[in-house]
Amino acid sequence: MGVLPKNLFKKPNNPLENYDKTKTYSPDIPSEMCIPCPSCKAILLNGDLNENGHVCPKCGFHFRINPRQRINIIADEGSFQEYDAALRSRNVIDFPNYDKKLKHALLESSAKEAVVCGRAKIGGYDCCMFVMDPYFMMGSMGTVVGEKITRLFEYATEQSLPVIGFTVSGGARMQEGILSLMQMAKTSGAVKRHSDAGNLYAVVLTDPTTGGVTASFAMEADVTIAEPGALIGFAGPRVIEQTIRQKLPNGFQRSEFLYEKGFVDVILKRTEQKGYLTTLLSLHQKEAN
Amino acid sequence: MEAFDRVMKARAKGRPTGLSFINHIFDDFLEMHGDRRFGDDSAVVAGIARLNGMPVTVIALERGTDTKDKIMRNFGMAHPEGYRKALRQMKLAEKFHRPVICFVDTSGAYCGIAAEERGQGLAIAENLMEMMALKTPVLSILIGEGGSGGALGLAVADEVWMLENAVYSVISPEGCASILWKDPAKVREAAACLKLTAQDLLELDVIERIIEEPSDDFEEVFATLRRDIFTTVSQNKQLPVEALLEKRYNRFRKIGVPK
Ligand SMILES: [Zn+2]
Repeated sequence: MGVLPKNLFKKPNNPLENYDKTKTYSPDIPSEMCIPCPSCKAILLNGDLNENGHVCPKCGFHFRINPRQRINIIADEGSFQEYDAALRSRNVIDFPNYDKKLKHALLESSAKEAVVCGRAKIGGYDCCMFVMDPYFMMGSMGTVVGEKITRLFEYATEQSLPVIGFTVSGGARMQEGILSLMQMAKTSGAVKRHSDAGNLYAVVLTDPTTGGVTASFAMEADVTIAEPGALIGFAGPRVIEQTIRQKLPNGFQRSEFLYEKGFVDVILKRTEQKGYLTTLLSLHQKEAN
Repeated sequence: MEAFDRVMKARAKGRPTGLSFINHIFDDFLEMHGDRRFGDDSAVVAGIARLNGMPVTVIALERGTDTKDKIMRNFGMAHPEGYRKALRQMKLAEKFHRPVICFVDTSGAYCGIAAEERGQGLAIAENLMEMMALKTPVLSILIGEGGSGGALGLAVADEVWMLENAVYSVISPEGCASILWKDPAKVREAAACLKLTAQDLLELDVIERIIEEPSDDFEEVFATLRRDIFTTVSQNKQLPVEALLEKRYNRFRKIGVPK
């Protein structure tokens, strides 16, 4: 991400539910502070970025955001209720330094795990929502992420609610070994049950969505939306380059590439997503018996 | 034996590959080709066979035997059309009430341009979803290397068994070593940390059974499998479909529930 200072959006201080929308999204960054766009190098005011969903108003570059910022943009104000917020990862297979890594991730992101799950309203419509966190161990899926996603889909099935999900992930969490791989099957089972019961699942793939998350619930939705320019793939570009020993073509594995190949229904800018999701939810309202 | 020695055994030259298991355990094997979408992937072998008189569907990841065969089969690293070929055969198994038996042996799903272009992630994801709800018994057996999502794409089953010297892991020891220690030479440490042996996985409740390998010739292994696959799938065939699917769902549902 070039010139973007590393810790810019990393330290949300307020709990999700009580977040005051009138304040800036990143409480530790004053709105008059200037930030260079990593894509077009334009100098942007943080306040303007906040107003624009953390999208560069000059070139459309989508900054990575944390779940709290995402929920603020998508969910109706004050509607989000978080579930399973207390679930914490443990060092399930005694992997070296994993405890330290987890502690570090907690401090860095102020998040408790790599996904936030809950119930919300979008444009007045009830839904369940999950939002992954790029700042917590790169959104990797371990047992707690798998469990939270599974519980959310089970709850949504019970309540006949649609699920709206936002993915961002480097893949399965290596430090939890085979147990993290198994979460791909577990979450897929829950998505399948939710689907077979006639419920809507829409996913927004954001930068980057790769590995075990791509090979499970990221690719299992009824409606697949992607943010512009997001890296989406099974294998990461570096692994592919090492395997085939050649450079990858420009734009490979980006949203626009997946769209062209037929894997994405629509590419939507962040600022267009709430309106689109509202219409999508309204088109899937179940008839009252 | 250290974990990495198991990895070496799982990858060893001369170890029987998927087709060899099919040929030694089943009769009347009719191989079926193609995914009806793109093409035929030789890294996956699939078809119909008979086990002790019972028609079954068998699917195997096949890494190949000699150099020419290995290249033809892409060393057992499947493309999306391989997973789709397998899924097509599984859906036919469901239609004709045949149990499905999968033999897993792969270093992973292939990482390449064509694989991404044709939706490697999607192909695996679809298998996970569909296998979870397949209305016929499914049994998966790891016979060599179980490499991450590429292995899991054929290992969502009522029971998962592992051969004594098979391994099953979220990432290869080489990959883990280079990410974790930035040193690909530390494969032995990485293999130990990942908990990837059959014994580890049994203790973690990820597999139901270890199939012993009493000697280097696999006659006894084949005989055990011929007998025990039949017993297990016959029992699962007796279960009402709802009970079978509930059992399969819960098998995975309980893995990694925080304490
Ligand atoms: Zn810009």
